[in-house]
Amino acid sequence: MKMVHPLEKYIRPGFLSTTSCSGCGNGIIAQSILRAIDELKIKMDDFVFASGIGCAAWIPSPSFYADVLHTTHGRPVAFATGVKLSNPQLKVMIISGDGDLMAIGGNHFIHAARRNIDLTVVCTNNGIYGMTGGQVAPTTPFGAETATTPYGNLERPFDLCRLAEAAGAVYVARWTTYHARQLTQSVKKAIQKKGFSFVEVISQCPVHFGRRTGAGDAAAMMRGYKKNSVGIKKVKKLKENELEGKIVVGEFVDREEPELCEEIAKMRQRIK
Amino acid sequence: MSKRVLSGLHFMQGNVACAEGAITAGCRFFAGYPITPASEIAERMARRLPEVGGTCAQMEDEISSIAAVVGASWTGTKALTATSGPGISLMMENIGYAIATETPCVIVNVQRGAPSTGTPSLPLQGDVLQARRGSHGEYEVIALAPSSPQEMFDLSIEAFNLAEKFRTPVFILADAFVGHMREEVLIPDPSKISIVERKIPASGMNFSEYKSCLDEDIAPMPIFGHGFKSHVTASTHDSFGKRNVTDPEALDYYIKCLNNKIRKHKEEIISVDSEVDGSEVVLISYGTTYRAVREVQKRLRQDKINIGSFRLISLWPFPEKKIEDLARKVKIIIMLENNLGQLVPYVKAAAKGEAEVVFLPPRMLGTLHSPDAIVKKVKEVIP
Repeated sequence: MKMVHPLEKYIRPGFLSTTSCSGCGNGIIAQSILRAIDELKIKMDDFVFASGIGCAAWIPSPSFYADVLHTTHGRPVAFATGVKLSNPQLKVMIISGDGDLMAIGGNHFIHAARRNIDLTVVCTNNGIYGMTGGQVAPTTPFGAETATTPYGNLERPFDLCRLAEAAGAVYVARWTTYHARQLTQSVKKAIQKKGFSFVEVISQCPVHFGRRTGAGDAAAMMRGYKKNSVGIKKVKKLKENELEGKIVVGEFVDREEPELCEEIAKMRQRIK
Repeated sequence: MSKRVLSGLHFMQGNVACAEGAITAGCRFFAGYPITPASEIAERMARRLPEVGGTCAQMEDEISSIAAVVGASWTGTKALTATSGPGISLMMENIGYAIATETPCVIVNVQRGAPSTGTPSLPLQGDVLQARRGSHGEYEVIALAPSSPQEMFDLSIEAFNLAEKFRTPVFILADAFVGHMREEVLIPDPSKISIVERKIPASGMNFSEYKSCLDEDIAPMPIFGHGFKSHVTASTHDSFGKRNVTDPEALDYYIKCLNNKIRKHKEEIISVDSEVDGSEVVLISYGTTYRAVREVQKRLRQDKINIGSFRLISLWPFPEKKIEDLARKVKIIIMLENNLGQLVPYVKAAAKGEAEVVFLPPRMLGTLHSPDAIVKKVKEVIP
């Protein structure tokens, strides 16, 4: 009997190999996204996946068997905005990394959140530039040694979920690759949410982050995620010093706000 | 009156005419960022697009504007952006993306003066070579140069037709003169306007099994939302759209396909307006520099001097062959440009020494050529 992975139908024929290094968190994230789509029973043909440049951008491109727009570095949210505005029927998901979405693409991210356009952004946050060889990212912890911070990172990292919340995202959640099931549930919610939704996934890059910062191999990093994660509901009970080095996980925002494409449709009716 | 095409005679600003041309051509998406002297195009599109079921977005910058335009185009929507020099500079990487992914769209550059911030409200034909070579890599572009508000309308339609036909971004290289100028603009009846639509593969076709992405000069576009499962990437890719960034063979094939689709169809794309009957001196102009030429011809006719005019309506691809033919017929070419001679080397190369090429900028950059100065120059050089 031929064994077939239950999610194989979502993978572009002939593209079963991956570009990710062994131990990379990309596979877990890809699975969570495809499981979410599978559980929601939404056709892949209803989706457009956009990604930028960097390891995480290769999660949908070319593997996902759907329309995939692999864009320039930092710009997938901007390209996706054009896709969604000109065909609001399409479900548009952006899957990219922290460097792509939050450094070079940070401005597009906050403005898309402000507009509350119905996009789903899944950000793989490995805290480093993996593809180019382990340089510091806007998400790298303070003090971490990387290829471009040999004396330690002197800059504070972004809290991506607080950024998304402040910019106006209507659904915001953070999980780690250790929380594959919770992640799947959040991706499901994000897809269904009308408006700009953001799911951050803290993910291991054993080759660059683990090796350079001393966080260890993939298993060690994931054990660290398990040990250091604190659910958002527990955070209030902890003192500030108890939160040091912790990863706050859970749903940060789930609110209703007017969505841009719907507002445009209403405006067209109004001026008729 | 049909809201789609405002047929009739108007007194209209060039930028507004450009927007109307786009809507007439079927453009239903605009994304842009405010900039002098191009903002009126965005303002007109913001008012007009919702009336015709389209969408206008003011983005956070020009980078995202061209990105959104490319995204919109992949849903099968004709899309426009308009900006000026600083905006074009920001757009350049994603213009390369549009070229590499064969995405039809139209980019209006209402040129202003000088590098960087420069003089926003004064025109200069300073971005002619930027349009040709501003993005990295090896590529061909199409660029058109309107000389009047009427042509802002006409060439806007032509730009969309070329973009759709050749699946490529097309530049409209206007300038602050023609963008802000108000003149008579005749918008014809829709039945008199020819509109080109891009080829789309037959519905339900499995694109991954369809070898055409690079194997036809201009492959049909597997737009999103039709089940084509398109993989769009600006990485070097093969005929199936599959990334191949290791083989020089793949790179060679890919680059040549992208370039040849324009090169092979040059004659179809190139548009010039040539009136050279027996004259020994010819004025080559493009865009707003053409505006002085008719007056110069009229004045010289009174002095019984017959002078030819050769106007480039399309700047890129460059009409080498037509200029070579021209050079064989005349003795002297006077090249009029509102810059320091960006196209002069191209004209000289094309003329192959068959005619002398003389460059004449306006007395002051950022102003129109005065007919007096051109007449004086003609009389100086006339054999």
